[in-house]
Amino acid sequence: MHPTSDKFIPFITPETRHFWEGTKLGELRIQKCDSCGHKYFPPRPFCPKCSSKDISLVLCSGEAKLYSYVISHLPAPGFKPPFSIAVVELLEGPRLMSNVIGCPQTPSSLLLDMPLAVVYEKLSDEIILPLFKPTEKIV
Amino acid sequence: MKNQKLVVIGAAETTSLGDIPHLSQVQLHADGALNALADAGLKISDVDGIATAGENPITIAQYLGIHPEWIDGTSVGGCSFMMHIRHSLSAITSGLCKTILITHGESGKSRIPPPEWPWPPRPGSYEGQFEAPFGTMGPPDLLTIPFLRYMEDYNITVEDLAMVPVIQREWAALNPKAWFKEPITVQDVLDSKMIAYPFTLFMCCPRTDGGGALVITTEERAKDLPGKEVYVLGAGESGETMLISQMQDFTTSRAFKTSANRAFLEAGIEREDVDHLMLYDAFAHLPIYGLEDLGFCERGEAPNFIRDRNTAPGGRLPVNTNGGGLSYMHSGMYGMYAMQESIRQVRKVAAAQVPDVKISVAHGIGGMFSASGTVIFSNQPN
Ligand SMILES: [Zn+2]
Repeated sequence: MHPTSDKFIPFITPETRHFWEGTKLGELRIQKCDSCGHKYFPPRPFCPKCSSKDISLVLCSGEAKLYSYVISHLPAPGFKPPFSIAVVELLEGPRLMSNVIGCPQTPSSLLLDMPLAVVYEKLSDEIILPLFKPTEKIV
Repeated sequence: MKNQKLVVIGAAETTSLGDIPHLSQVQLHADGALNALADAGLKISDVDGIATAGENPITIAQYLGIHPEWIDGTSVGGCSFMMHIRHSLSAITSGLCKTILITHGESGKSRIPPPEWPWPPRPGSYEGQFEAPFGTMGPPDLLTIPFLRYMEDYNITVEDLAMVPVIQREWAALNPKAWFKEPITVQDVLDSKMIAYPFTLFMCCPRTDGGGALVITTEERAKDLPGKEVYVLGAGESGETMLISQMQDFTTSRAFKTSANRAFLEAGIEREDVDHLMLYDAFAHLPIYGLEDLGFCERGEAPNFIRDRNTAPGGRLPVNTNGGGLSYMHSGMYGMYAMQESIRQVRKVAAAQVPDVKISVAHGIGGMFSASGTVIFSNQPN
């Protein structure tokens, strides 16, 4: 592994490999239960709703909306405060943590429910992070 | 044994609180434990059960010289001590042991030795893979994330949030042991250093040193002891997720509701029977969730309830009367101190004593809305 970032580098586990292989290809992958239809994240090889092991990968649209966030003023490796730590809700349903980039890191530019689209940032040869940017110009 | 009532017969904090650079974390456990045993009128040799969080219970048992026949190492964050009470209830009433010591000690300020928690997480954990890469460093930027959603959904302002530390500081001013005692205004809170918008420094707890312990036994055994018994009417516990991003609804805690509902059900009391309330407040939004999820306010109504001074000195539901985690002390796992204040209130020995307290509820959070524990105390058996 050759880190190209000072950010915290995840360690891939067998159950999460498909997710990280996806982001390397520019794909945001979640899982779907073929028994009950539940779409879920984070990864595991069975459905957290009904325990079925009949699951498949879903390739997400990359569209999301801003569910909630903080603007961190705390020092963090690889970040220049202030920066947003956000929870986004994917169009497909599940939520995940990310950073909203590509706009001022201010309350007036980070509006709840605003539309976002996934972008990718390389942390190392193995790890590409999914980040989000606004899809409409914020006035 | 099933009809045996469980009581707290000994309760004490460490000899000093706040800045304790001359004691290590394990000695803070021991200092609180020996004080609680003295309060109960018991000796170490009377203890046959041990429970703690943050340290291995065997570490504490060996350090104190306890030969345990019952051990509870539930360690799911600051509400673990509430869970220890609930587990004690089941252990003692089913005859697994007779006298349980629950200890807490934390060198949160002096950091002797430095704690492993909260950063960095294990890189292969969910937290390590799906949170830490986004710059999360601990509770100030994690536990706070849900609140903007609450503000948006219920049309709440940062001024409303700032009222929580302002009113708790009024209680702290009445408590000589509080870490912060100076009165503050909403403007002071908003002008304090930004930590993680919308949270400023005064909306976040300090990190201090301290500890405390409880001695639990049966009502029957307590009758012969000098300590002033406090009845445990009921207790509840629950958990939701270690990942804040996966909390079901950012405006309400499932763990809070489940834990509180179980406690009230077991105690067989109603919300209006409660005279005094402790709501674990590592950050200013937690009493808002607590008031609503425990059923004292309708959803979205807690900020008004607080602004209208219902929880303030002289209010009809006194909350966090020691000053709370925001002003009294916060070593990291605050649940023990919330229960100590509930016990002082029902024993009628609190610094800011509320008149005519019969029932006090202490409600705790663990992790990032991960877990919850609730205990209902009373100075009457029912
Ligand atoms: Zn399913």
